[in-house]
Amino acid sequence: MWVKCPQCGEILYHKDIAKNLKVCQKCNYHFRLTAQERLQFTLDEGSFKEFDRDLVANNPLAFPGYEEKLAAAREATGLMEAIVTGEGTIGGYPVVIGVLDSRFIMGSMGAAVGEKLARAAEAALAQRLPLLVFVASGGARMQEGVVSLMQMAKTAAALEALSQARVPYISVLTDPTTGGVAASFGMLGDVILAEPGALIGFTGPRVIEQTIRQKLPEGFQRAEFLLERGMLDMVVHRKQMRSVLVRLLRWYKS
Amino acid sequence: MPTYLDFERPLVELEEKIAELTSFSQEKGLDLSEEIAKLRQRAEELKREIFTHLTPWQKVQLARHPDRPTTLDYIRLLCEEFTELHGDRLYGDDPAVVGGIAWFAGRPVMVLGHQKGKDTRENMRRNFGMPHPEGFRKALRLMLQAEKFGRPVITFIDTPGAYCGIGAEERGQSVAIAQNLARMSFLRVPIIVVVIGEGGSGGALALAVGDRILMQEHAIFSVISPEGCASILWKDASRAKEAAEALKLTAQDLLALGLIDEVVPEPLGGAHRNREGAAEYLRGAILRHLEELEGIPPDELCRQRYAKYRRVGPTFYRGEREECDA
Ligand SMILES: [Zn+2]
Repeated sequence: MWVKCPQCGEILYHKDIAKNLKVCQKCNYHFRLTAQERLQFTLDEGSFKEFDRDLVANNPLAFPGYEEKLAAAREATGLMEAIVTGEGTIGGYPVVIGVLDSRFIMGSMGAAVGEKLARAAEAALAQRLPLLVFVASGGARMQEGVVSLMQMAKTAAALEALSQARVPYISVLTDPTTGGVAASFGMLGDVILAEPGALIGFTGPRVIEQTIRQKLPEGFQRAEFLLERGMLDMVVHRKQMRSVLVRLLRWYKS
Repeated sequence: MPTYLDFERPLVELEEKIAELTSFSQEKGLDLSEEIAKLRQRAEELKREIFTHLTPWQKVQLARHPDRPTTLDYIRLLCEEFTELHGDRLYGDDPAVVGGIAWFAGRPVMVLGHQKGKDTRENMRRNFGMPHPEGFRKALRLMLQAEKFGRPVITFIDTPGAYCGIGAEERGQSVAIAQNLARMSFLRVPIIVVVIGEGGSGGALALAVGDRILMQEHAIFSVISPEGCASILWKDASRAKEAAEALKLTAQDLLALGLIDEVVPEPLGGAHRNREGAAEYLRGAILRHLEELEGIPPDELCRQRYAKYRRVGPTFYRGEREECDA
């Protein structure tokens, strides 16, 4: 199976990319990861214990077509929802971890994602373990309306409780991190990391271009741009991610 | 110049006819009081017919009505000695958000909210009520000050959403919103939120985390505009009417879903036809909730607020249909 790099156009063999943590060998383009891959690349082997695997929400607004959309996403990803949460270790340091999967309705946050994240934050608080979240999301889940919007407040409240208890929270923004997820738990990390080239912002670039009727400058809303504007602590290459996290965990662990 | 919505048209025509007939009878010295009284009665009936059977899309239009009272209108109608405070102390002063100190029903309060303009010129200046990060940061500064001096906070929500533009992104729109949500969720003074017009997505929510969420009868609150929703779902913004129904964005729907605490009535015909009447309804509701919250110690207030947000959105484990308590 051959894959074309969306950045440099190079044709890559899928096994070669997989060996390279799904980074293009030629131009360093970071391919999007599934939650499964992210956990595998991040945690010590065999250390992961999942929380709330089967936690789901209903269709609170009876939104037309939503149940079919959910069923299709479940079928395609093998996940019940857009986030996987649990605990594990990184270089021996225990963490509570959450990983969003952008294949699942663009990693959007509805009641189940908000609830799983809030529970993860509360588990981190109860055990005084650092919380680590890998974000990949287009924002709120439209089909859940204001229920979805309120998850922004719910997750922000759970993280504020964690913060007041002085338990560290590290967020890692990956491609893409936008909308109501960026504007809630995405941007609340004590330390905020990002992967190279990740799209990060409140409004997506296409909507901005339509609104202001002009082309956006090259690199706008990319991780490097946010670093320059003071919105992030570090842009970290996927190959260095684990060692950077270990270094952070050693300093921040409560 | 007043603006009328399509569905208000028959009522407006009737009102015009009454005015015409009244001035005609005065001019000519004719007694048309019987006819006029009949027309007035018909107008009242028509008002009732129109305004008690509004569709979600009509509510969207009403919530955006250019003559609808704004945050500053309500502050002036409800409060004494409002003194506007300005600036975020970081970058600038955003005219899309207003706030300051005031007195409400004999108590010192902090009031703030999104501010739309009355006409094109003012709307240009106020960016149609769409804040930049500076607006959210000004609001947070005022709320932290309210906490410092032990004053309750009243916020008014009326925005199409947070502004989407280059400067807003560069200066951290998502950071500003996220920080407001986090800090408001544990602010140690009561927060009463009143949605008076459009509650547009994250930009509305950034001023709308509180102990009580009230909505005026014809206000809306939504995760996305109906136009935006229709263009994403059906690639057709003109199907906004359908989207408005699917999104459950009316005050009545949101109360039924348990997402807000109270629907505050508006005078028949909507707040824009009788702003004093609308303000009186708000005064009663805000005061009642404020009195309930005032005696609660800060720790308990924060605990209750946390529990309130923690409950939003029932979830359950697949296979068992009962709701899990958070
Ligand atoms: Zn490449």
